[in-house]
Amino acid sequence: MPPPAAHGAAGAAGDKPLVLLAQPLFPNFAAALEGRYRFVLAGDADAATVAEARVLLVPGLVAVTADLIDRFPALELMVATSVGLDHVDLRACRHRRGLAVTNAGVAFSVDTADYAVGLVVAVLRRVAAAEAHLRRGAWATDGEFPLATKVSGKRVGILGLGSIGTLVARRLAAFGCRIAYNSRSPKPSCPYEFYPTARALAAASDVLVLSCALTEETRRVVDRGVMEALGAGGVLVNVGRGGLVDEPELVRCLQEGVIGGAGLDVYEDEPEVPPELLAMDNVVLSGHRAVLTAESMRGVAEVVAGNLEAFFAGRPLLSPVTL
Amino acid sequence: MESLGVLLLRPLDTYLEQELDRRCRLLRLWDAPHDRRGEFLRAHALSIRAVVTGGGSGAGGDAELIDALPRLEIIVCYAVGFDHVDLTRCRERGVRVTNTPDVLTDDVADLAVGLAIDAPRRIPHADRYVRAGLWKANNGYYGLTNQFSGKRVGIIGLGRIGLAIAKRVEGFGCPRTRQQAYPNYTYLPTVVQLAAVSDGLVVACSPKEQSRGIVSREVIEALGPRGVLVNVGRGAHVDQPELVAALAEGRLGGAGLDVFEAESDVPQVLMALDNVVLAPHMGSGTRETRKAMADLVLANLEAHALSKPLLTPVV
Repeated sequence: MPPPAAHGAAGAAGDKPLVLLAQPLFPNFAAALEGRYRFVLAGDADAATVAEARVLLVPGLVAVTADLIDRFPALELMVATSVGLDHVDLRACRHRRGLAVTNAGVAFSVDTADYAVGLVVAVLRRVAAAEAHLRRGAWATDGEFPLATKVSGKRVGILGLGSIGTLVARRLAAFGCRIAYNSRSPKPSCPYEFYPTARALAAASDVLVLSCALTEETRRVVDRGVMEALGAGGVLVNVGRGGLVDEPELVRCLQEGVIGGAGLDVYEDEPEVPPELLAMDNVVLSGHRAVLTAESMRGVAEVVAGNLEAFFAGRPLLSPVTL
Repeated sequence: MESLGVLLLRPLDTYLEQELDRRCRLLRLWDAPHDRRGEFLRAHALSIRAVVTGGGSGAGGDAELIDALPRLEIIVCYAVGFDHVDLTRCRERGVRVTNTPDVLTDDVADLAVGLAIDAPRRIPHADRYVRAGLWKANNGYYGLTNQFSGKRVGIIGLGRIGLAIAKRVEGFGCPRTRQQAYPNYTYLPTVVQLAAVSDGLVVACSPKEQSRGIVSREVIEALGPRGVLVNVGRGAHVDQPELVAALAEGRLGGAGLDVFEAESDVPQVLMALDNVVLAPHMGSGTRETRKAMADLVLANLEAHALSKPLLTPVV
């Protein structure tokens, strides 16, 4: 379904509020927002639109630079369709007084958490590798697949105990795993043990799950030191952002047996996947799809529509982000 | 138990074999070529007092074997299922039987729930997709799958494993539904009724004759085009030809299968599907659990040799 036509008509009043688009809308959003707004691609905006535009909708992970923000003096709201905002120049947003930013809120949390757990089991129990063995016909010829390791009872360290991390913790606790975490600050209301650094958490964990935002502070937080602390039997699962991990170092650590395995849904330069990983059977690879479910897509469309509606009605935003 | 003659039917586990060799008088059935096994058994019949079997269909312990061993006293299963053992003949002969319950409950439950997520979320398929270069070739595109959390999960068989599965799916906010009387769980008297109210069905019942074919065509239809079937019990619990047809034709949404009608013989049709996860009967396939199972096998053998109560007798 093609995106709504982008108008550039100067002074087009009409009933529909103007919303700039950083890139064309995906079909599910177009459907949810059908007929309610006048969409204009930021790149196509004429002088009148530039002066008037109060809202910028950012579909997907297209880069939002300081230049783009500066071009629109009347901008008051940026609506992202993702949870992560590492593609947005947040410093520029902070400098623009009166600019609010919303993200997907908790729309993706459940599916991301489920996916993280699915990856943990797939890596520890070698589900993907065993299936590849079976599909090659090797079960019939080579017999039993080599033994894996138990999920129950493993020490799981969660990096980032936000809405996703909390759900991951609850799920893996039900598997009999012991949960610990590192976050910007300890959360006194949660029953899990807090570690002050990623390295300390890794040293106390068999499985390290990354579910935090990518910021200046967290870029490459998982470095060689953290991986050495995680150890030869340790497994890394990343459903956050590829940028959280020193990716070339991750490849070396896997090759050298510094860590025991990994489940990766995100990479530094998607859709590029380090070719060395393709040869490894202790790694489960996935193409940034933890949130790609019908339920999550419906959920985020509702959040986006809800934020736009709230803004134009002068009501509080649904999912504002602290800049 | 150094004088206890033990027959091991097939290679199971290196640690177990080494311990049996060290502590008993171990005979390995596979030392004899297939067509000379009868001869082998006759030659050693008088010294064999114990048999160690694995699990799964065809694991041995049938009437023919029992009859060939007049001095047989005990069959020790390195497995929790014992459907491969002719219990009637054992009772007639006074042969004891043990299995390995409890030590593998967590592993089987972990895998069952892992399959319940990995199948609808297509995680192993995603791995193949990336490895085949398709993620890059399709410029980062991948289709939508279905959410797992909050779905209604029906559990067939609420024994140790079924209960462990229930505990795990509750962590995902899945409402409790199962097909056996148990407090706090919605009870549906027939499997068809259970399937009709479930988004996912997990087969975790023990291999009894009554549960053969319990997942029938009717059950599969009731589960429907968005339903997912997970089987960590026995291939025999499911009408396999019907299951394969339903999956291929889209009448069933997906499946996670650790067991098959004839193990290691997986229908080609299933291999061509993206909405199934296929596992080579590895419900208990972890280093930790196999060691615990081996230790339990050895402990049962030792108890028998010392005329002490068996730890985990079935008969």
